[in-house]
Amino acid sequence: MGNNHKLIIAPSPHVQSDRSTACIMRDVVIALLPALVVSAVVFGANVLFITALSVCACVVSEYLIQRFIVRGATTVGNWSAVVTGVLLAFNLPATIPWWIVLIGAFVAIGIAKMTFGGLGKNPFNPALVGRVFLLIAYPVQMTSFPAVEGFDALSGATPLAAVKQGTVSASALDIQDLMLGNMPGSLGEVAALALLAGFVYLLWRKVITWHVPVTILATMALFAAVAAVCSGMTGAALWQFPLFHVLAGGALLGSIFMATDYSTSPMTVKGGIIFAIGIGAITMCIRLWGAYPEGMSFAILIMNSVVPLLNKYVKPKRFGVK
Amino acid sequence: MNEVLLYTILTLCVLGVLAAVILYFVARKFRVEEDPRIDEVEKMLPGANCGGCGFAGCRAMADALVKNDDISSLFCPVGGGSTMKAAAAYLGKAAAEKEPQVATVRCGGTCEKRPRTNEYDGAKSCAVASSLYAGETGCAFGCVGFGDCEAACAFDALRIDPATGLPVVDPDKCTACGACVKACPKHIIELRKKWPKNRAVYVSCVSKDKGAVVMKACKAGCIGCGKCAKVCAFGAITVENNLAYIDPQKCKLCRKCVNECPTGAIRLVGMEPLPKEPKAPATPAAPKAAPAVEASAAKPETPKAAAE
Amino acid sequence: MKTFPIGGVHPSENKLSCSKPVEVLPLPEVVHIPLAQHIGAPAVAKVAKGDRVVTGQLIAEAGSFMSANIHSPISGTVTAVDLVANGQGLRQPMITIQREGDEWAEGIDRSTALVKECTLSSQEIIAKIKGAGIVGMGGATFPTHVKLSVPPGKRAEVLIINGVECEPYLTSDHRTMLERGEELVIGVTVLMKALAVEKAVIGIENNKPDAIAHLKKIVANYPGIEVQPLMVKYPQGGEKQLIAAITGRQVPPPPALPIDVGAVVCNASTTVAVYEAVQKNKPLIERVVTVTGKGIKEPKNLLTRMGTPISALLEAAGGLPENAGKVINGGPMMGRAMSNLDSPVTKGCSGITVMSGRDAVRRPAAQCIKCAKCVSACPMGLEPYYLSKMTQKKDWEAIEARMITSCIECGSCQATCPAYLPLLDWIRLGKQTVMGIIRARAAAAAPKK
Repeated sequence: MGNNHKLIIAPSPHVQSDRSTACIMRDVVIALLPALVVSAVVFGANVLFITALSVCACVVSEYLIQRFIVRGATTVGNWSAVVTGVLLAFNLPATIPWWIVLIGAFVAIGIAKMTFGGLGKNPFNPALVGRVFLLIAYPVQMTSFPAVEGFDALSGATPLAAVKQGTVSASALDIQDLMLGNMPGSLGEVAALALLAGFVYLLWRKVITWHVPVTILATMALFAAVAAVCSGMTGAALWQFPLFHVLAGGALLGSIFMATDYSTSPMTVKGGIIFAIGIGAITMCIRLWGAYPEGMSFAILIMNSVVPLLNKYVKPKRFGVK
Repeated sequence: MNEVLLYTILTLCVLGVLAAVILYFVARKFRVEEDPRIDEVEKMLPGANCGGCGFAGCRAMADALVKNDDISSLFCPVGGGSTMKAAAAYLGKAAAEKEPQVATVRCGGTCEKRPRTNEYDGAKSCAVASSLYAGETGCAFGCVGFGDCEAACAFDALRIDPATGLPVVDPDKCTACGACVKACPKHIIELRKKWPKNRAVYVSCVSKDKGAVVMKACKAGCIGCGKCAKVCAFGAITVENNLAYIDPQKCKLCRKCVNECPTGAIRLVGMEPLPKEPKAPATPAAPKAAPAVEASAAKPETPKAAAE
Repeated sequence: MKTFPIGGVHPSENKLSCSKPVEVLPLPEVVHIPLAQHIGAPAVAKVAKGDRVVTGQLIAEAGSFMSANIHSPISGTVTAVDLVANGQGLRQPMITIQREGDEWAEGIDRSTALVKECTLSSQEIIAKIKGAGIVGMGGATFPTHVKLSVPPGKRAEVLIINGVECEPYLTSDHRTMLERGEELVIGVTVLMKALAVEKAVIGIENNKPDAIAHLKKIVANYPGIEVQPLMVKYPQGGEKQLIAAITGRQVPPPPALPIDVGAVVCNASTTVAVYEAVQKNKPLIERVVTVTGKGIKEPKNLLTRMGTPISALLEAAGGLPENAGKVINGGPMMGRAMSNLDSPVTKGCSGITVMSGRDAVRRPAAQCIKCAKCVSACPMGLEPYYLSKMTQKKDWEAIEARMITSCIECGSCQATCPAYLPLLDWIRLGKQTVMGIIRARAAAAAPKK
């Protein structure tokens, strides 16, 4: 048989997935778009500017670090820096000065991601490290939220902060406002319905599984319900209080998009559930008894540090082993 | 304000002292008594932790040297005879005698002499590729060229030459630890006697295929013709399974075999070939230029004298 | 719909040749018969250069219990018993026969008449299967008589016929089930008799509704045999996965065998070969080979004599396409890429898959993003990312503890990896190394008793 060209030899399997890393990351960005649109409607066009700035800053920092410090092949093509950029922007208030965005992006990519070797090696969620750094470094700018039209009851405080300070009760808040994002807060966390749409998209595209987000939210709801009973609430408040905690603040954004971050979440379903219960419980502890009104970021970062341990000790269900 | 400062400093000091006291007692309690000679011997060893001695590292080797009465079976290939002598003298034991060795790559199938017939697209590892199939060329015995030996070398003494696709040993850096020998799935690397000035004569092929098959796959392979064995005056060359082998213990570097080899599979390093025939075999240039210069100055008798 | 419990993937099926009836490939002029075309000891050649042989004549005898007889697929003269390069370019002992005419050994019933009655005892059936040199034809090439010889103390409860054919592209079992359904079912009754079991299940994936319907109609007349449709999921055709899908029982990790859960699995084509061997006295000298691939002009199912050069099959399917990159012996998930197309068809060769153009080249590997897709895809519940990484670090203890020896090398992990990492390349190496360590340990422990 005269075959002039050289045959290619490789071990099996000879088929590869048609969904590359870049493809998956693009799906995450697509899933974040509905929340971005709602945010732009609620807070104005400045939202788009902040998001674009954050994305650009993340991509440029990753490119420069990879090019001139790591001196490896360019990795920005895998879209992970774009995801980090969008998520970081989603964690900022709409009135944030532009230079703080730049600092946050640099901390997220430069310190939380690239120092550990880039995508897949970072132990902590880069966007959250960026956010928490900013929260500690610029507490005033990071907690001044623009008032939302038709929502003057809160006058610039987030619902969580308002409830914590006792200015309003959780049951007084309109569930519809929480669903549609008609409340003050960070860019991406206000529209529960848009975030849930993104969740459905990610599930459909098989980017994530339901285990982690659902477990986090269920843990939070359960925790809030017990707290409600213990504090002597009665009637409608008993279900309104847990529902409020699931919908308000960063609970949905964090559980759907941040806690499911591949590099910083466990490799097994069982490990993921332990991880998720931890996040839910820590978040509620901070919300109810901590100094901050919101604890999602801290909870995720704390549980991120447990992931290597979970990967080591929690093993998948082996075939044929009882 | 001052009170806060005072209490802070005091608390820290007390904590520090407390921790120091606890550490002191814990260290006393859990102290492991060890022969202090182990530390001393470890210092004498090269500290490369290459595992060439067969132990997990230099400390394990030092431990074995101190604890065994008979250390003649132990040898540090990196430190060589001098290190072993020093350690043995310190311990008052008899050291093993071993002549210096050097890793020798027994494949001459360069890209040019052994053309590729297919393209490998799997994980870049000799072990993976060779457990899958014969290799990118027609020769199932020769070097695969993905550098498992290079990765195994702790002394930077081995490098895949991009021009030939074959590993090149730097004899000055090679410590004969044997890591590359173990790493090579094709078993083409051998530890051979190290002659002065890095001289060497060896069969640069390990193919057990019949002559016709070898010639089809590679222009530099041993075809097992046996001419070299006939010409050898020292009985150093044996031909088995279509493959000649030069016993490094018997070879005197007389170089007669080199001129006999029809394919140039017998490699000569660090010396000029015998001037007998003008048709010199295609000996690739020695990897190190320096010894070649010295060798050309030396008379043909010198290598023989050096053997003594 | 039944399926196996853990992991699995859905590669594109690409069953291009599923509606192509089996064609008979013209007899080859020269055949090369490898002495080792099964798991176990190589067969021992019984012929020498110059010998005349006829079709169906024994030319090499099983080298031990775990080995298989080999018969001449054509009639002619033995021209050599020597080393010949196989598909991977490795030179192996093979018997070369030059064809002369088409003369058959005596006693082989070549008619198409069905022989339903089988009056042989279990021992006699197994002896006949052993004599005919039958091995698993799904690709694993495990000698069938060894599988049927249930070790003392163990008992077979159910016979499972593997008609899953979960490999993409391949259709040889599918066509065999459709065209030789009656023979297959008689083969099942023969195997049931050999194993003394009352129950047999033919497992077929749901993407072959015609085969399911056809066999359901036939088994209605045979008590104890049923057809079980299965959900489409790779690697359902893996022995352990199929047993779990059908019986719900999981075979424990190695060294446990399917018989430990009372199951014996036999491939559909192998069952037809058993029918021919026991009822028609015909040894295993030919098989159906799918020749397929997106670049192949006419994907085909060819009834091919063993030892026929692969190149002849490609020629029959319209030749190797211009942009062909990879020629695979088997399917794209577990088949072996070939460097030598003059190598022969063997007992385990169920198909030749040609990958062309971009499909033939791996995409460049990026870094692991810890997406855990390999973990959820692994049908054995292993952690491929970890096994691959630790193999590269040569940490054999770590991978042994994480059960690398359970790996069935199905390739689900690598086929699902979004970073295109060569996971299985490394895991296979790690598994081989760990198996070697375990064997060495057993050998070191053995003399002590």
